[in-house]
Amino acid sequence: MDYLTGSGAVHAVDGVSLTLRRGEILGLAGESGSGKSTLANAVARLLRPPAVVTAGSVTYHRADGSATDLLRMGKQELRRFRWKELAVVFQSAMNSLNPVTTVGSQVDDVLRAHDRSMSTVERRDRAVELLRRVGISADRAKSYPHELSGGMRQRAAIAIALALNPEIIIMDEPTTALDVVVQRDILREIKALREEYGFAVVFITHDLSLLLSMADRIAVMYAGQLVEHGAARDVHDHPRHPYTLGLLRSFPKLRGPREELLGIPGTPPDLRDLPPGCPFHPRCRFAVDACSAEQPELTEVHSGQWAACLAHGPSYGPVPVELSAGGSR
Amino acid sequence: MRYLLRRLGFYLITAWAAITINFLIPRLMPGDPVDLMVARMNGQIDPDAIAAMKRAFGLTGGSLWSQYWTYLGNLAHGELGRSITMYPTEVSSVIGGALPWTLGLVGIATIISYVIGTGLGVVAAWRRGTWLDSILPATTFLQAVPYFWVALALVMVFGVTLSWLPVSGAYSLDVEPGFTGDFLGSMAYHAILPAITIVVASIADRVMGMRNVMVTTLGEDYVTMAEAKGLTSRRVMWAYAARNAILPNITSFTLSLGFVVGGSVLTEIVFSYPGIGSVLLKAVENEDFPLMQGIFLIISLAVLAANFLADLCYVALDPRTRQEA
Ligand SMILES: Nc1ncnc2c1ncn2[C@@H]1O[C@H](COP(=O)(O)OP(=O)(O)OP(=O)(O)O)[C@@H](O)[C@H]1O
Ligand SMILES: [Mg+2]
Repeated sequence: MDYLTGSGAVHAVDGVSLTLRRGEILGLAGESGSGKSTLANAVARLLRPPAVVTAGSVTYHRADGSATDLLRMGKQELRRFRWKELAVVFQSAMNSLNPVTTVGSQVDDVLRAHDRSMSTVERRDRAVELLRRVGISADRAKSYPHELSGGMRQRAAIAIALALNPEIIIMDEPTTALDVVVQRDILREIKALREEYGFAVVFITHDLSLLLSMADRIAVMYAGQLVEHGAARDVHDHPRHPYTLGLLRSFPKLRGPREELLGIPGTPPDLRDLPPGCPFHPRCRFAVDACSAEQPELTEVHSGQWAACLAHGPSYGPVPVELSAGGSR
Repeated sequence: MRYLLRRLGFYLITAWAAITINFLIPRLMPGDPVDLMVARMNGQIDPDAIAAMKRAFGLTGGSLWSQYWTYLGNLAHGELGRSITMYPTEVSSVIGGALPWTLGLVGIATIISYVIGTGLGVVAAWRRGTWLDSILPATTFLQAVPYFWVALALVMVFGVTLSWLPVSGAYSLDVEPGFTGDFLGSMAYHAILPAITIVVASIADRVMGMRNVMVTTLGEDYVTMAEAKGLTSRRVMWAYAARNAILPNITSFTLSLGFVVGGSVLTEIVFSYPGIGSVLLKAVENEDFPLMQGIFLIISLAVLAANFLADLCYVALDPRTRQEA
């Protein structure tokens, strides 16, 4: 996915391949600007100019075994697919609700657009039920977005996402703007709803530690590319990519032994002009000469855990202890 | 509701200020405007008219304070004094005769221009990046063209060269004014060219105003979300994007309604349309102060009324203003 700008194409997402399994929570982590939202919007086909999808496919496997490529869907087909199969909770729920209509009517119009058989009363009951389910009282259905707190708006956005009982919900940093207590409540709510409805979630965040308690699997993006993915536990306990390691160490741990807060030196690269070889090498503690020449491929380092780092390849000496199963974390 | 009452209070005070300034200005001029005028006419003006003018300005002797009360009292009865040019006709009936023409022609043309312009702006923004963008320079050109130029061009082409449409007056002289089909038809026929002038000269602003706000609105998350919800494009475009984009445009619309009364002087003059604009021109030419004063008062009040209308629209369309601020 590129953004065409005056000063050249920004390769916001490049060569990312991910599989979301039915009913699982996939965590997508990465620094600000690493292309997480762009990837999410591309999957939902919501990119607008200047964004273009230069290549790729989004294959959706239905429960009955049939498969379709979202990027090739016609207009009508796409419209039917949307929200019924794939719903999105946007990065800023503050701005994703229409300010001039009530919360209830924003649940209502998605019901009306997709299910013509529902009566007005049925739709109203369903809207109230959905809002209640995420912890918003029935009388709030008549409230306008500006009358709700940030947390309530986020809940309302989740209620709207649930309206048609979708198979997949993409949640783009749904809790970033909220305080920690509200954040925890909403995360718990999302998990409970997932148990109840069985939808799969793509959970986007820059807070990798948050994903441990949420996600089944974690994928880490850097500069528009996938650098590591695997089971949440594995990625968290034994990160195999230096960037993942840096992300994990940039948050203080609440429990366990004290360790140095490492963070990641430097700033993310200019996506118009990536450094040669591994895009992360200028900031990498473990970089060797080969890193600036050879672009690492995603390889399976451990069963089900993939990383794109030369340290796990033959050209590198012994794998640094921090990036191996013996690493402390 | 409290908000509206507060606004209403504000407009009443502003109206009072406008009325008072209207009272004070003739008195702040050096000397006395009536004496000045009489002097300029070398005494060829009959004493009745002088008295009428003095009355019109409230220059009836007595203290400023008592003059002010007389003036307010007259105003309350709709008395604006007598016109000098059309003596002894009351200013209020001169204005009363001209106002409906202006309101009808300019008012309707402004509304048409707004509705079409806004619609085009919405579509132009929705289809940005397509061939529609290539007509944008044309609107910039239209924006730069003054009213009278459009009016003259239309008169030349449709009135003189092609002789399709009448180029002056509000109805033809051979039909009897009244509520008859003939008269209304003649009226509509005569209104076509001036109305087109106003629409053509003002629509570009509407299109560009709406398009620009709409393009910004289309980038809002709630529009993306509406699309993700699988709503029809029509619904996303109107109920989500245009519905929000219209809000910043309300003020400019109601302001242009406010200037309906005074803003189309040139068009009316070119087409000899018997509206306020033509009357104002006549008043200025003949230094008819009472008439000018009356017209300025009406224009100020119209602008105030339009502003209040804008507030009403905001309250109706934007729930955020309904909240007690
Ligand atoms: N309209 C645009 N034009 C040009 N570049 C853009 C545009 N939108 C995004 N980008 C670039 O694409 C890259 C990825 O942006 P994206 O919004 O996907 O990041 P993100 O990972 O979601 O970040 P955040 O955590 O801040 O939400 C960024 O470098 C950004 O500068
Ligand atoms: Mg983002």
